[in-house]
Amino acid sequence: MSKQETLLCRCEDITREQIRACIAEGYQTIDEIKRITRAGMGPCQGRTCRMLIAQEISACLNIPIEEVLMPAFRPPVKPLSMGILADAYEEKEAEQ
Amino acid sequence: MKKGYDIVIIGGGIIGCSIAFELSKRGVKDILLVEKRFLTAGATGRCGAGIRQQWGAELNASIALESTHILEHLEEYTGYDHSIELHQGGYLLVAYTDKEWAQFQKNLEVQHKLGIESVGLTPRECLDIVPYLNLDGVVGGTFCQKDGHANPFHSTQAYAKGAMRQGVDIETFCEVTGFRTSNRAITAVETTKGIVETKMVINCANTRAPELAAMVGDDIPVYSERHQALVTEPVEPLIDCMVMSFSRSYYVQQTPHGSFVMGIGPKEEPSHNFHSSWQFLEQNCAIMCEALPILRKLNVVRQWAGQYDMSPDRHPVIDEADTCKNFYSVCGFSGHGFMVAPRIAILMANYLTGQKDSIDITKSAKKDLRPGISLSNLLLYNCI
Ligand SMILES: Cc1cc2nc3c(=O)[nH]c(=O)nc-3n(C[C@H](O)[C@H](O)[C@H](O)COP(=O)(O)OP(=O)(O)OC[C@H]3O[C@@H](n4cnc5c(N)ncnc54)[C@H](O)[C@@H]3O)c2cc1C
Repeated sequence: MSKQETLLCRCEDITREQIRACIAEGYQTIDEIKRITRAGMGPCQGRTCRMLIAQEISACLNIPIEEVLMPAFRPPVKPLSMGILADAYEEKEAEQ
Repeated sequence: MKKGYDIVIIGGGIIGCSIAFELSKRGVKDILLVEKRFLTAGATGRCGAGIRQQWGAELNASIALESTHILEHLEEYTGYDHSIELHQGGYLLVAYTDKEWAQFQKNLEVQHKLGIESVGLTPRECLDIVPYLNLDGVVGGTFCQKDGHANPFHSTQAYAKGAMRQGVDIETFCEVTGFRTSNRAITAVETTKGIVETKMVINCANTRAPELAAMVGDDIPVYSERHQALVTEPVEPLIDCMVMSFSRSYYVQQTPHGSFVMGIGPKEEPSHNFHSSWQFLEQNCAIMCEALPILRKLNVVRQWAGQYDMSPDRHPVIDEADTCKNFYSVCGFSGHGFMVAPRIAILMANYLTGQKDSIDITKSAKKDLRPGISLSNLLLYNCI
């Protein structure tokens, strides 16, 4: 695989080149890059690519990795079906 | 960032960026836009970015209609080299009560007068548009094909980049912390990156606008309300339009990407709460699976919360502080600021540059919006 095709976000098919292009355009945070490219918004919710994107930002902009903002992790961490959640609600309503 | 500017705009959401664009388009060059984080870090980046012309109040309907016309060619209008991903798959508004259905008939009259291409539908006809709709309790519906959604990040970037090309300076990660005034007029803005002299402030800080206005003694009756949304995993295309109900208080839409985005209306105390709740998740799924049982099998992958900037009558607030000359606030979009931004920005820019506009801004004078003054029928406002 050539360097240009290295995937950083496997869920959404986002390459290292695309992330670097975003940073070159002036985007400075994981949040911004996520919003523009969808990186980190797939089924794994950024568990693989978050750190990789942070490293890209850190390297390109020459700032320590701790300073690269980490976006909030949002529930549910494990995907659940809407039907299961709906039934849970109906059950609680019935109990009351 | 220079030492001083003619105008300082606060807030890098769709409202601040579109106003910066329209003002600079009219030849006002010396403008600074300051944003405390990055562009679209606020509600604009958290919103559904739905656009709808099916309103009941004539003013809202015409502002939404004209805004849609601009969004239909925003790339060309602003010179943006990316698509704003506008998709006009329509909105199906479902009526579940007779009262709601009667209101919809009145709304259709208003819309048709303005030339909005909305239609009334029987429950069966609703099925032609959304075959998966559960017809239990459905009295009827209305549909407008020209409604839809766009990408809020790209729409904001389109305005921001256009504005920069027209000479506007944008300073991100720069928070406004205070103001300096002299003789009840604005003279400077204090920021985390220093003091900026200015002759005019346009406060587009959304839910934070009231507290900024309060710093110059202005009182704006806008408060925050938490709204939560969730998104499912992507699946094959099932529904092309937005499906929405006021009485059951839900909206749901499949994105071009395949995921479903949805939310339900809250009954919450005013707050700046950004946390997601488990309760929302379950209740949302119950309401949505009842309306569209096909959603049962979909996995939820993420949920988030954002703030609606509510005004007492659900109309935008455009206000010049009576305590401080040339301090303007543009806020109170009550959960629909994205879809009206293009036209509101033109209105504001025309007003500030002394150009004629078909909408009379003085008519939406703030005093009429004070809480306690007749807010008339809230159902009507929910329907507009
Ligand atoms: C869940 C949700 C769904 C929505 N769905 C829709 C929809 O489908 N259609 C629709 O039309 N609308 C929708 N809305 C409403 C819409 O998002 C808003 O009305 C609109 O984005 C407001 O734009 P804005 O530019 O005024 O605000 P914002 O985008 O919030 O911008 C204000 C900016 O000001 C900045 N700021 C605040 N304080 C300071 C300070 N002191 N110094 C510097 N900067 C500051 C903030 O960081 C922020 O970026 C939705 C809202 C939410 C929360």
